[in-house]
Amino acid sequence: MTALEYRDIVHGFDGRPVLDGVSLQVKQGEFVCLLGPSGCGKTTLLRLAAGLEIVQSGSILLDDKVVASKQLYVPPEQRSIGLMFQDYALFPHLTVMENILFGLGHGERSQADKGRSIWARNMLAGFGLTKLADHYPGTLSGGEQQRVALLRALAPNPPVLLLDEPFSSLDAARRIEMREETVKLIREAGTSAIMVTHDGEEAMFMADRIKVMNKGRIVQSGKPEDIYLKPKNAFVASLFGHANRYCETVSKGYVETPLGRFKARDLDEGTSACIFIRPEGVIPYEGDEETGEARDAEVVSSHYLGIASHIHLRSKSLVDGASITFHAQRSGHYLPRIGSRTNYRIDPAHVFVFGKENDGE
Amino acid sequence: MISKNYMQTLKGVSSRILRGDVSLRFAGAAIIDYANRICRQLDGWTFIALLIALLVAVPLLAVLWLAFSPSGDIWSHLASTVLPHYISTSLLLMLGVGVGVSLIGTGTAWLTTTYRFTGCRFFEWALLLPLAVPAYIIAYIYTDVLEYAGPIQGALRDLMGWKNAKDYWFPEIRSLGGAIIMMVLTLYPYVYLLARSSFLEQSTAVLEAGRVLGRGPWRSFFELALPLARPAIVVGVSLALMETLNDFGTVDFFAVQTFTAGIYDVWLNMNNIAGAAQLAIVMMLFVFALIAVERLARKGRRFDSVTGRTSSHRQRLVGWQGFAAFGVCLVPVLLGFIIPALVLLKHAINFYALSFEAGFLTHAWHSLLISSIVALVSVALGLLLAYGVRLSGTNLMKSASRLASIGYAVPGSVLAVGILIPLTSLDHGLDALSKDLFGFGTGLLLSGTMFALVYGYTTRFMALSHGSVEAGLARITPNMEGAARSLGATRGRTLRRIHLPLLRGSMLTAVLIVFVDSMKELPMTMLLRPFNFETLATHAHQYASDELFEEAALGSLAIVLAGIIPVILLSRAIAGSSKESQL
Repeated sequence: MTALEYRDIVHGFDGRPVLDGVSLQVKQGEFVCLLGPSGCGKTTLLRLAAGLEIVQSGSILLDDKVVASKQLYVPPEQRSIGLMFQDYALFPHLTVMENILFGLGHGERSQADKGRSIWARNMLAGFGLTKLADHYPGTLSGGEQQRVALLRALAPNPPVLLLDEPFSSLDAARRIEMREETVKLIREAGTSAIMVTHDGEEAMFMADRIKVMNKGRIVQSGKPEDIYLKPKNAFVASLFGHANRYCETVSKGYVETPLGRFKARDLDEGTSACIFIRPEGVIPYEGDEETGEARDAEVVSSHYLGIASHIHLRSKSLVDGASITFHAQRSGHYLPRIGSRTNYRIDPAHVFVFGKENDGE
Repeated sequence: MISKNYMQTLKGVSSRILRGDVSLRFAGAAIIDYANRICRQLDGWTFIALLIALLVAVPLLAVLWLAFSPSGDIWSHLASTVLPHYISTSLLLMLGVGVGVSLIGTGTAWLTTTYRFTGCRFFEWALLLPLAVPAYIIAYIYTDVLEYAGPIQGALRDLMGWKNAKDYWFPEIRSLGGAIIMMVLTLYPYVYLLARSSFLEQSTAVLEAGRVLGRGPWRSFFELALPLARPAIVVGVSLALMETLNDFGTVDFFAVQTFTAGIYDVWLNMNNIAGAAQLAIVMMLFVFALIAVERLARKGRRFDSVTGRTSSHRQRLVGWQGFAAFGVCLVPVLLGFIIPALVLLKHAINFYALSFEAGFLTHAWHSLLISSIVALVSVALGLLLAYGVRLSGTNLMKSASRLASIGYAVPGSVLAVGILIPLTSLDHGLDALSKDLFGFGTGLLLSGTMFALVYGYTTRFMALSHGSVEAGLARITPNMEGAARSLGATRGRTLRRIHLPLLRGSMLTAVLIVFVDSMKELPMTMLLRPFNFETLATHAHQYASDELFEEAALGSLAIVLAGIIPVILLSRAIAGSSKESQL
């Protein structure tokens, strides 16, 4: 069952292309994240589905029925799609409860609406917000506003919910808390969802499937672990933080880089290739309990980040002996003295080889 | 809605016909595409907006048409006799007013935003009070006070033992210089308001960086604050100059030969409407120059920063500095509001009974009636226009709304000329038609009645109501609209439940502002009012011209009191913004 489907959407503003042939499907009950940098067209995709933007080319189907194409335009109020805005767009002159019940059309007259308003009250109580029901949105904190916006979008029980960077205005701690709450609430409701984000970690946490977007196209689609462990190109790989990157020519099936020799896989002889090594792929260790070739480097700086420690290393390039610096990471608390020497090894699971033309840049 | 359904049908039919033939289909797609675009441009809202814009444009077009239609050799006559004089007088007046309002407006704004001194809280809003007094009323008052028979010269004669005017020199208030002073005193608040908000928007960091880099308070004002505020100041000055061009009461009373005075002279005394239209055209060139300058200044407003200045950073002025600041702020308030208000109050009390005999109640009723009608009509039209732009947002729509706002820049006398021409010919047509059909004439159904006044006022004040509603709409983010629609609300329900409740405040403000400006209006009323129809403003002007101003003081006081309403609104906004900047 497909809850929402985009077919070949091409879209532009004032002659500037924004979406360049996007097709995607969201299955019943699935949570899909659109991941990409700002300006890649993610938000436009949501607005097209909601009917706030008119389709220029291609079509959009809800529950296998066309709701938008070049010939057809179903207005937003007839699509029953929930939409949660980045700025929440709460109505400042309505109370929290009035905001949440706004989508129930005619107040609490019908039986179904009555059920939903009881649901809303329970949800507010679950968030510990019952006492805020008669307050106006202006008096609420960011996290409270976010919850109200989510409840308002879910109150009419929409089959599809669209979320536009819903956590971007929250601080880091509150963001992690809200991710869990949001995902739980949406799963319980059985709603299919598309969420737009530029935060790779957030997408990994929430999504059943991630669609990576760049310059108006979907560049990779898959389960979170596939996106993380099998990125198709450097662009996708770089969405999860800074990495060590070296570009060299393929020679005899290998790429020689300052950090070692890597198999060029299916890349042609003589073409340019880029090696991409995540910091967690460069693992420092003390002593020589590890097997394999011994490599050592000088510690330039080290920082403890809580979950892991980030270490900046300096060594001689394995290509020409020039001095190079690179990033390494080790889980837990590990702070070697600056200037001391340490061994390191490369974890091949975090090394990616891409052809230069496939660099995504 | 109908046009949309029609388009839907049309598209369905044409695409069915074209199915099968590839080349035809291609052409068909292009046609549909074109029709689509036209359809999107010409929905109901755009149509209404165009209609409203047309209503405003008709008087301007009429002036143009009349000025360029042959009607004897008036033009060369005008050009060789009075025109150079009108031009030079108007330019001198504008120059004087421009310099005066810039100095007073910017200076007081800088003092009240940067420093703390005795009374600065009071001056923050009191400096706006002169806005409540129309220039013509202040002119009557100071003439009354300063003329030969007035209290000042009388007291001087008694004190110095002078016998008559030959014994001493006293400045003549009824002169170009006097007119400049009167207008500066009542118009500087425009510059004060805009300069003040610009100074408040400037980030403290910029000025502090200037201080740290070695600029003293004077140099940081001239090198940083003033250049940053310049666009806002230019906008304020051009607004004040538009009012200067619009003024009729002061220049007529002081016998200063500006364009406006010229239009009245040529029209009413020489009975030459084409000549009046030609003068109006030249005057419009001045206005367009002002609009161009103002637009340019607004474009440059980009570098205003959002971070507000905290009041805790304001330096305290003590000793002679504090005293000087107090004096600089007090003089405009004293001369522009306190003295005139006291004089009016005194006359109003002394001549209470005479004012009622002179028909105060009738005139007040006329003023109230017409101002209320105009306020409601222009807010309704302004709402339609602003909401239309919001909904369709096409370029055509935006241009229409801009055109509809131009009336405010057009001097009342020009608008009056432009309104009377088409209405009179329409009246003659109606009259003739009625005589043919029913055997009796309708007379001057439109041009000789209150309709002409309502039309004229609405054309002129629509920009105010439209601007106010538009600003209110801007506070409602498009996402709120989107949220309401995606939650199942139709356009109508969104308007009812989201827009109207949120717009109530700005609509009320619009009603008030238009109401008060209509109460004050004089130049258009003089030309467009029905025979023997007096408002408080025309009555005051009539009596002042007949040297019976004391008996019209009660009416003038009523105008000033009404004028205080927007001042209160503005000062509340100011208090609100300084509260925000404290957060």
